Amino acid sequence: MTVRNPVPLLLVGLMLLAAWTLPLLSHAPNRLLSGRGIQLATLLHGPRLLLLLPAVPLLAAPWLPPRRGCCVLLASAASLWLAALTGLAGAEAARLAGGADTLARTSLGGGYWALFILGALLANDALRRLGGAGGRLALAQLALYLPLLWLLLSGRLEALSLLKEYANHRDSFDEALGRHLQLVGLTLLPAGVGGAALGLWAFCRPRARGVLFAALNIVQTVPSLALFGLLIAPLAALGRLLPGSGLAGIGLPPALLALTLYGLLPMARSTLAGLQQIPDGVLEAARGMGLSAGQRWRRVELPLALPVLISGLRVTAIQAVGLAQLAALIGAGGFGAIMFQGLSGSALDLVLLGVIPVVALAVAVDALFKLLLSLLEVGPR
Amino acid sequence: MIEFSQVSKTFDGQRAVEALDLVIPQGELAVLIGTSGSGKSTTLKMINRLVEYDSGTLRFAGEDVRHFRPETLRRRMGYAIQSIGLFPHWTVEQNIATVPQLLNWPKPRIRDRVTELLALLHLEPEQYRGRFPHQLSGGQQQRVGVARALAADPDVLLMDEPFGALDPVTRAALQDELRRIHALSGKTIVLVTHDIDEALGLAQRIVLLERGRIVQQGSPLELLTRPASDAVRDFIGRSDIGIKLLALERVAARARQGEAAAGEPIAAAATLREALSAFVTRGADRLPVIDAQGRPAGTLHFADLLPPAP
Amino acid sequence: MNRPPQGWPKTLRQWARTPLPWSLAALLALTLGMPALRPLFAALFPELDRPVYQQDSFAALVLAHVALVAASSAVAIVAGSVLGVAVCRPAGRAFRPLLESLLAMSQSFPPVAVLAVAAPLIGFGEAPALIALVLYGVLPIAQGTLAGLDAVSAATREVAQGLGFAPWQSLWRVELPLAAPVILAGVRTSVVINIGTATIASTVGAKTLGSPIIVGLSGFNTAYVIQGAVLVALLAICCDQLFERLQRRLSAWQPRQEDTAESAALPPLAGH
Repeated sequence: MTVRNPVPLLLVGLMLLAAWTLPLLSHAPNRLLSGRGIQLATLLHGPRLLLLLPAVPLLAAPWLPPRRGCCVLLASAASLWLAALTGLAGAEAARLAGGADTLARTSLGGGYWALFILGALLANDALRRLGGAGGRLALAQLALYLPLLWLLLSGRLEALSLLKEYANHRDSFDEALGRHLQLVGLTLLPAGVGGAALGLWAFCRPRARGVLFAALNIVQTVPSLALFGLLIAPLAALGRLLPGSGLAGIGLPPALLALTLYGLLPMARSTLAGLQQIPDGVLEAARGMGLSAGQRWRRVELPLALPVLISGLRVTAIQAVGLAQLAALIGAGGFGAIMFQGLSGSALDLVLLGVIPVVALAVAVDALFKLLLSLLEVGPR
Repeated sequence: MIEFSQVSKTFDGQRAVEALDLVIPQGELAVLIGTSGSGKSTTLKMINRLVEYDSGTLRFAGEDVRHFRPETLRRRMGYAIQSIGLFPHWTVEQNIATVPQLLNWPKPRIRDRVTELLALLHLEPEQYRGRFPHQLSGGQQQRVGVARALAADPDVLLMDEPFGALDPVTRAALQDELRRIHALSGKTIVLVTHDIDEALGLAQRIVLLERGRIVQQGSPLELLTRPASDAVRDFIGRSDIGIKLLALERVAARARQGEAAAGEPIAAAATLREALSAFVTRGADRLPVIDAQGRPAGTLHFADLLPPAP
Repeated sequence: MNRPPQGWPKTLRQWARTPLPWSLAALLALTLGMPALRPLFAALFPELDRPVYQQDSFAALVLAHVALVAASSAVAIVAGSVLGVAVCRPAGRAFRPLLESLLAMSQSFPPVAVLAVAAPLIGFGEAPALIALVLYGVLPIAQGTLAGLDAVSAATREVAQGLGFAPWQSLWRVELPLAAPVILAGVRTSVVINIGTATIASTVGAKTLGSPIIVGLSGFNTAYVIQGAVLVALLAICCDQLFERLQRRLSAWQPRQEDTAESAALPPLAGH
């Protein structure tokens, strides 16, 4: 049989290797003792073998013809496989916990994460083969994780130490979520408006471009931790000068300011690029037909530049989600606070509790903007 | 030099070239012409194996092209395409020296060859040697492209719409240049074009292709006087075949020796088409003819434009 | 055409456009002369007992920072460009979508997350920092290599083949040199990101210019924070500008571009 697609061959090979060599779970009687690894193979017996069912099409993937049906089958099999794997881990953790012994900890091991990532890549590969526009692809990619989400909400995973950490830190988790969203949301508005204004200015005044982009590039070049740090002293001084202003060197103000400054460059750049890519002929035709400057702006320039503008906003938003993670270091909270708390206690589960939501948030923001862009493309101009 | 026999090529089930028989003898300037999708480019690219044919045989210098390593074969054939084909990161000198370098010529020999070729193509060597392609005009770029194709003194020159992207004036100048180089070097040249005037002006043999098959091949005169079908007649331009015929012949061939006439003279090397234009614009029925040195070379009468009775 | 001058700047505008000379001078002066600024920091922050970071000399911190970034970038440059070239060759073309998926996915992972996950697993110190730096260094370089090779026109590739270049000769002598400016832009982004990630790496115990910042933040010593932040910012700006000059030199064959949005660096990945 000829291999029709070498990509799944590589991924499936790596999956087998990971399942063979890395522990799926790690079980420790309590938090202080280091864990004992549990392989996937030792968990598979009796009715649990049924969980391997979705893995069958995945194993056959390299030899499947590149037809639509096969791609759909593969993507859904991969999606179910991710859920099956997770469900298995949750069930085993519940069995090991046995109800009474609440100190026992069962955490997801390297094998689980490797299998998860490889499975997600396999699903992605199948979806890409299906083709389809950016928006639909993004939606399909999100839909892959629906079975997993159902599993999470159904409470079947609660015995896993990650979820136990969540239960222990529920309040600070909710607070972190709110603060993280606040940081991103409050950044997008000024960065979007300010960046677009700078881009527009650069478009109208080509002579200013060099200096503007050199300056914005310098801001972008400064490491985020340094920028956060550099803003502390001036903002603290301002706060002392204006006691009622709410300004302070620590907390929300320097974080928001830094995130906004970082957002200006991608936004200004894409605004300029969006305006520059409008063909001269189109503008000349609009002028020739007698549209006024305002009409040209509203009916020609803005609609044509909008997609590029929004992709700039997308970069700004994703960047802000990641950067906000660091804002915890200057006391601005967010998921970074949970992550750094875990880091200082060397508690991987707590670190993951601070990392996974940020990754999920970034993926969701990305998909949202892609969807928006695809709506703009097909919708009426 | 190049022999196709029953050569076919299929792309994804689409026939590009079908059972092609064609012989291009040594030293001939052959032009492949046809509409887009006629298979003319594919035919050209099969010669240097940029496209591999499916069936039949294709011989170069008496040997099946498949017996050569593709690189070796290509280095024996000059290759020129539209001006975008220059390597933008190399100077004019480096571009022209490409194939000699691949063939490991000694440095001084390469340098001499570049100087010689730049001079041949009327580019002042010391002025242009160190320039980058983007610093040249379109016509200059194309001259460099032709020089590069000629650099290693190849047996064959393959040209894929080499003058396609140029304005009419530059294009005419380069066509003259190519005619001159062909006359000087006697190289076998295969050129692809979709411009019938270019084909009529350059070719010794025109090969008209349509959907992967040869519709007619022959000299420009044969094509104009004995088109094989209505399709050929349409392609070469039904209404001005007469004008095109005039463009094939020179004033010198019809001038009456020893006769003198008054008025502004016409060059003996001009085509009869140019002579017709001169008759009409000057309102004269005879023109004095002068040779390249400016000496009187007879007179051309308006009636001389008509072909001599058979 | 606004072409930044190569020599020493003469006007304010030129100063703003060529940050390399002054940032390099400032970096050197501050690295060696920070202790001399003690009176200044003492005056600015009278409440601090020790207004200048003294656990390590700033020269040692700069060297450690540069060494960490240089080591990881060297690995990343080799790995990233090999990956990028490999998926553009006929044999590896099938893996290109996989690499692109990986690149897209990695944009959702902030580098600090990789650091934080790696540290509890393999221990604190330079090791998790190196892992995170290499991983994040590879991405922009692979991306730049892909973009650079894509930008080589099909006509150029065809003509190289038609003139008799063997495939590797075409890659080495035509395609890679043409892609070099874009690949270098990727390297530039990669190194700048790595300087930032190395700063954060001090949260997992690596000794870098981030150490004074972290120590200062946790001990409410704003002077330490400023000292570390200024130096690392200058270091990043210097590297960025050095690469800018290199890029300019490598693309000498291109027609000079006007200042457009594209002439700036590649878009950055999530937070550095």
